[in-house]
Amino acid sequence: MELKERVAYIVISLLASVAIIGVVLIFVFIAKEALPVFFNPEIKKEVNLRTFFLTRDWQPIGLEPKYSFLPLIVGTIKVTIIALIVALPLSLGSAIFTAEFAPKRLREIIKPVIELFSAIPSVVLGFFALMTIASWVQNIFHATSRLNAVTAGFALAFAVIPITYTICEDALNTVPRELKEASIALGATRWQTTVRVVLPSASGGIFAGIMLGLARAMGETMIVLMVSGNAAQITLSFLDSVRTIPATIAAEMGEVAFGSTHYVVLFFLGLILFSITFVINYIASILLERTQKRLRGER
Amino acid sequence: MKFREKVYVFFTALTVLIVVGLLFYIIFDIVRNGIGVISWEFISQPPREGMTKGGIFPALYGTLLRTLLMLIFVVPIGVFTAVYLNEYGSGKRFSKWIRLAINNLASIPSIVFGLFGLGFFVLFLRFGAGLLSASLTVGLLTLPLVVVSTEEALRAVPNSYREAGFALGATKWQVIRLIVLPQALPGILTGAILSVGRGMGEVAPILFTGVAYYLPYLPSSIFDQFMDLGYHIYIMTTQSFDVELTRPIQYGSTLVLLALTFSLNIVAILIRSKMRKRRLG
Repeated sequence: MELKERVAYIVISLLASVAIIGVVLIFVFIAKEALPVFFNPEIKKEVNLRTFFLTRDWQPIGLEPKYSFLPLIVGTIKVTIIALIVALPLSLGSAIFTAEFAPKRLREIIKPVIELFSAIPSVVLGFFALMTIASWVQNIFHATSRLNAVTAGFALAFAVIPITYTICEDALNTVPRELKEASIALGATRWQTTVRVVLPSASGGIFAGIMLGLARAMGETMIVLMVSGNAAQITLSFLDSVRTIPATIAAEMGEVAFGSTHYVVLFFLGLILFSITFVINYIASILLERTQKRLRGER
Repeated sequence: MKFREKVYVFFTALTVLIVVGLLFYIIFDIVRNGIGVISWEFISQPPREGMTKGGIFPALYGTLLRTLLMLIFVVPIGVFTAVYLNEYGSGKRFSKWIRLAINNLASIPSIVFGLFGLGFFVLFLRFGAGLLSASLTVGLLTLPLVVVSTEEALRAVPNSYREAGFALGATKWQVIRLIVLPQALPGILTGAILSVGRGMGEVAPILFTGVAYYLPYLPSSIFDQFMDLGYHIYIMTTQSFDVELTRPIQYGSTLVLLALTFSLNIVAILIRSKMRKRRLG
């Protein structure tokens, strides 16, 4: 009996540690493939931090491969900015309406319906964007290329909305009723209460939602791969084709030789992407925890 | 309420309308353009004539197979992680680490999972690019869904049930196995369904871990390469030699994939809301 209990405990603990082991392995194995960038003498001859950040071109295929990260970084930033410009007002507005103004019955319908957005696979969003959004953008802005940062950013917004919406709505919902009632009792209107009491008290959670939306936009692969135009260039216009970090990895990893400079550089890009989202996620989880503690009055 | 404030509230309601409207428009657009293509032939036949005609059977088959294989790994691991968190480890430091890891897994970009799958399963463990590597990679990605869903269900099992079990002399493992887990079954089911719905549509993690552009035969072992529905959509829209000609196939494949992931998610929502209602009495 005693033995059975111990075995159960040990097996369950082992299974539970898979998540931790998984995250550690992800880090270790991407780093393992990426670190020859710094340590392999052959590869070091071809690329170094200066190539990555102080040259201008990403042309990994050809007689003289060029590996500058700058066009990829610029592309990623462009699509992320557009995605946030489109997604934040929509998801915040929806979250405010759902949490503060919608009748209870309506709320119970709106929330799962908006969350269904996350049930659309990104390849489907990418396809829809390619067929439809690209034409909308073309009709409005008359860009030289149908596939550009605006199209990709707009499509990405669909992937960002459900995340930001859910987290913001939850954050608004955890604001205690007493706070709102006190504000109303003092003569504030419901809108004033929302803007001056509810939003500030939930600000940590809202900020966390925005950050996780940002991480999603930066890391999304299939949508940008299909509709960003995939041209690695540094320009100011948002109506030019762009190439993002995840799309570059997805498009090129299939065709590189294992262990080649190109292969190692792509893993290095993955390592950067992983590190950025790791940090963003860590900050967001701290923010969420703090907001919840404060709202429960545990400070 | 003042007029100006009514306008503000109206604008928030408008954002809801826009978001919901966009969602329905996407569905409407895919259904409208895809429904004419769907037929038994389309579902049950392989592509023909250089993938410009015929059906999507091998792609559908590959997707279902890799998702089923994924379930075998992800359900036990996810369920018992949740059991640990809720039944054994509350307040322990180890639990805190697990939660941090789960949160993290949920936010790592899917292409990073693809790189990891390539570096670890395909190359290091020498599973090669095939069903097994792809399933394991996607499984790790959907693990948080199973854990979160199961944990919610475990938390909803009243403590009095556990205490009743202990009072009758049951051990902890007996209480978990005979009382807690059966009670949490709908939650576990929800988690499994959600992970299938999510895993099915993921393309980025399988790009380097086993998916094939075209295969003349069906995979027969877990180390074989496979075709995949989401990947099929991607290549047909971007790499097909005549993109216009294959447009109907693209819409048809997209409709099938969307119908699968959507219906799974709706089933999960229904189970969950039934669970909540029962809990509230």
